[in-house]
Amino acid sequence: MADTGLLESLLRLLEKVDGGTDSQDVAADLGVDHQVIVGAVKSLQALGEVISTEQKSSKHWELTGEGREIAEQGSHEARVFNAIPDEGLPQNELMKMPSGKVGFSKAMSNKWIRLDKAHEGGPRVFKTVETIEDTVRDKLQLVQKGQSAKLEDKEKNELKKRKLLSEVTVKSYWITKGSSFSTTITKQETELTPEMIASGSWKEKNFKPYNFEAMGVAPDCGHLHPLMKVRTQFRQIFLEMGFTEMPTNNFIESSFWNFDSLFQPQQHPARDQHDTFFISDPALAHEFPQDYMERVKKVHSEGGYGSQGYKYDWKIEEAQKNLLRTHTTAVSARMLYKLAQQKFTPVKYFSIDRVFRNETLDATHLAEFHQIEGVVADYGLTLGNLMGVLHQFFTKLGITKLRFKPAYNPYTEPSMEVFSYHEGLKKWVEVGNSGVFRPEMLLPMGLPEGVSVIAWGLSLERPTMIKYGINNIRELVGHKVNLQMVYDSPIFQKPPKNKTEEASN
Amino acid sequence: MPTVSVKRDLLFEALGQKYTDEEFDELCFEFGLELDEITSEKEILSREQGDEKAAGASDVVLYKIDVPANRYDLLCLEGLVRGLQVFKEKLEAPRYKRVSPADGGEPQRLVITEETASVRPHAVAAVLRNISFTQERYESFIELQEKLHQNICRKRTLVAIGTHDLDTISGPFTYTAKPPGDIRFKPLNQSKEYTAAELMSHYKTDSHLRHYLHIIENEPLYPIIYDSNGIVLSMPPIINGDHSKISLNTKNIFIECTATDLTKAKITLDMIVTMFSEYCDEPFTVEEAEVVYPDGRLCVYPELAYRTETLSGDFINKRVGINESAESIAQLLTRMCLRSEVSGEGDLIQVEIPPMRADVIHACDIMEDAAIAHGFNNIVRSTPRTYTVANQLPLNKLTELLRQDLAAAGFTEALTFALCSQEDIADKLRKNIVETRAVHISNPKTAEFQVVRTSLLPGLLKTLAANRKMPLPLKLFEISDVVLKDETKDVGARNNRRLCAVYYNKSPGFEVIHGLLDRVMQLLDVKPGRNQGYHIQAAEDSTFFPGRCAEIFSCGKSIGHLGVLHPDVISRFELTMPCSAIDIDIEPFL
Repeated sequence: MADTGLLESLLRLLEKVDGGTDSQDVAADLGVDHQVIVGAVKSLQALGEVISTEQKSSKHWELTGEGREIAEQGSHEARVFNAIPDEGLPQNELMKMPSGKVGFSKAMSNKWIRLDKAHEGGPRVFKTVETIEDTVRDKLQLVQKGQSAKLEDKEKNELKKRKLLSEVTVKSYWITKGSSFSTTITKQETELTPEMIASGSWKEKNFKPYNFEAMGVAPDCGHLHPLMKVRTQFRQIFLEMGFTEMPTNNFIESSFWNFDSLFQPQQHPARDQHDTFFISDPALAHEFPQDYMERVKKVHSEGGYGSQGYKYDWKIEEAQKNLLRTHTTAVSARMLYKLAQQKFTPVKYFSIDRVFRNETLDATHLAEFHQIEGVVADYGLTLGNLMGVLHQFFTKLGITKLRFKPAYNPYTEPSMEVFSYHEGLKKWVEVGNSGVFRPEMLLPMGLPEGVSVIAWGLSLERPTMIKYGINNIRELVGHKVNLQMVYDSPIFQKPPKNKTEEASN
Repeated sequence: MPTVSVKRDLLFEALGQKYTDEEFDELCFEFGLELDEITSEKEILSREQGDEKAAGASDVVLYKIDVPANRYDLLCLEGLVRGLQVFKEKLEAPRYKRVSPADGGEPQRLVITEETASVRPHAVAAVLRNISFTQERYESFIELQEKLHQNICRKRTLVAIGTHDLDTISGPFTYTAKPPGDIRFKPLNQSKEYTAAELMSHYKTDSHLRHYLHIIENEPLYPIIYDSNGIVLSMPPIINGDHSKISLNTKNIFIECTATDLTKAKITLDMIVTMFSEYCDEPFTVEEAEVVYPDGRLCVYPELAYRTETLSGDFINKRVGINESAESIAQLLTRMCLRSEVSGEGDLIQVEIPPMRADVIHACDIMEDAAIAHGFNNIVRSTPRTYTVANQLPLNKLTELLRQDLAAAGFTEALTFALCSQEDIADKLRKNIVETRAVHISNPKTAEFQVVRTSLLPGLLKTLAANRKMPLPLKLFEISDVVLKDETKDVGARNNRRLCAVYYNKSPGFEVIHGLLDRVMQLLDVKPGRNQGYHIQAAEDSTFFPGRCAEIFSCGKSIGHLGVLHPDVISRFELTMPCSAIDIDIEPFL
């Protein structure tokens, strides 16, 4: 804050004038630099409505440092001319003068002096005229007196080119009395202090108003990854619905649990090298539940449990091959087998974890992604039940308009693709896959005949990309993530309204 | 999922009805198909090769329809139309019949010799008599073979189809296998004869056929089919002979399918003949052919087998969640080409599965068809009464709790890939790959997928490298799984849940990372101390700067390391500032 004395001088000056005054005039009147007055104006502005101001800007010409020197001592060429006595001066001596070089060439071109190169004792410079008129100095002196208007633009520009003049813009204020004008200053407090609270002095003080337009200071904090925030919400939804989490912490799986146990035939294209990552070390799995494996072999190669089977030569060598699991359904199979080994009780299972595909990568596909899976096993579950559970699940995500399309999946029958109506795109978009596990999968495990198992799955990445408006999956998952995006990403409550749809009722 | 491309107007003509795109899309949805794209040859060409090339192409509207992978009977216009017409009850499903040659003639015969055993041991055959092709039918016939080759035939590895103008060849036919040098014939659409060996190198550059060469390339004997005059019909699974090629004018077609999987060969043959016998003088009849095996066994094809399953209306109602009479369920199934009748005994329904519905292998497949015909979206959605209590996986619960508090401690969560290069987990961390106990991938397409990570550190360091422009310090963490070989597991490997964090700044900040350890231990309720608590102790680890690394012990057990990273590690990850890190196993805290 500028000192109070200056502020009050300014206010008294303002009191006397009608219609206001310019800050430059104030500076001249009070005999202080204009910048000091600008500071005083700002201090007064901060006090509220004491004064009101309007910013103005004006341009004027000013001498440069060199320009001021010339205005005082004459131009370089004049100084050179004046330094030469009637008998002339050796050129090398002339060049030693501060103005020597510039002045010499200018004086030569003005034809004020001449150079006698052949003079004995070296080149010598002589005056050619008696008197000169130093117009450069005259012009600069005009500017110095504030009479630059008397010069033509061309002249000013030429002096500007010689770096003797410069055009400066001056920002000044037009100051008028404010609505609460007063010639005395009451200092405003910026913040409440412990001392004010202790002494009660806050009661008498004026406090400077806050600028509520400004942003706050960013808190110093860490951040959770947006995909993991969405994972937390999906976990929450499953837990709210009474689903128990499956142990999916086994990325390496045998072909047996990943495919054979799911009644996926050994020639299925998903088991191709082009689709699945196989493991070279450790290449093979050992230890399978022997009886169960025999039943799996039989249902594939010969059928049984009311099935025709696939009628091909099932090979254990194929089932032993280790791979990176292509779906978490491999874990569901292990869990259902385990369940079948006990007295049956209904279960609801879920998992959200990584799966791996040796696929062609693009903006929305990576070699690894997170699969969300839900499974319900109980007596007498129907396709209508599956639709009902899906309806509840998606309602918790804010998606209520669902419809189902018949589809094909080797281990579920019936199989349904789940579509939701996208208000933004004005069309139905696929949001997940679902189905009822085939008896050829469940019965060899030893589950009771009347038990149905319904299941569904979706990717975690897709809803997350929609939520955060990310088009390239690499900006979300993996090391190429933009940390600023992580810092700035909001919490995941529900997908934004316009991206799903309005509640139907 | 296979995509079938059909001309829209031709499709509507065959369906006897015009649809708007929306109406047809709706019909597809209901039936389990997907109208994937509406386009034209011109549009496809212009997109793939530019407007100039597309200038003269046809702008007839094409529908590209996605067909479920097990519905081989919907892979051509004929099958699609038949399926939809029966579904809409505009047509009764035809009955396919195998017939003997007219006038008491001998059936065509294909004799398999024992040489085929090592390379492609199975073959089936059939004859389509007096067929009438048009340009469209002919194209559809060729296209169906291609679709079958790509799908059920698994790119010709399991089954390869050859179709021949029967009037240009004479049986009996011999299916044998010979050394490639001994095979010589003029292949389809070529002007001269080649030996099999020459052919294989000739097709090396063929954009279509080169994908099938590997199937027999390294075999000592190649499969080959001759007629009784030594004319080559085909060299499966690569190419047919030119001599017997079919044309628009072909009247009688000999179809052979050679295979490594007999079941699939039979299905493939059934598909072709059920789809195209429609165009025979006597529609939906197929003339039988005999196949003689090396052991003298004689089989007659095509099988065209109808199978009957009996199930109850109650079963369907209970599984689908509907309440329909047996009669109406029988009607629903008939609309799916599964001719069904109520048997009269209770609510039992006799369901006949026709030869082209090879996808129906269990009562649950029949149940699904009933649900489709009923309309998935007409089924009442109901909540199952299954009562269960939810449990979190303890490991994931711990992870969730720690993640929250690590973020509260000022660290930002990274999410890095589980797959990486060998270099990432070994050389760049100054470790020997053998000591990492890493699981190796046998078929990675790039170096990025050589191994499963054994440490979270490389991923975090790569995240730092990608974010070098962000203001310092950078503080990152990740709690996720690494994978280590483990003999005691059935698959020989196990996941290990780890917590890793890095601090990247102008100064190493060991004290920051050390402070994070103290905070984590506080959260885990482990007090500092030698025996029942945690402590750290100077250690040497090649990833860390000498003298700046400590091993972390909790209750006397080593759980990880912390320290200042070795400058070589920093520069190998393209970083320039000092960095300290902590890496611990969190499973002991469960």
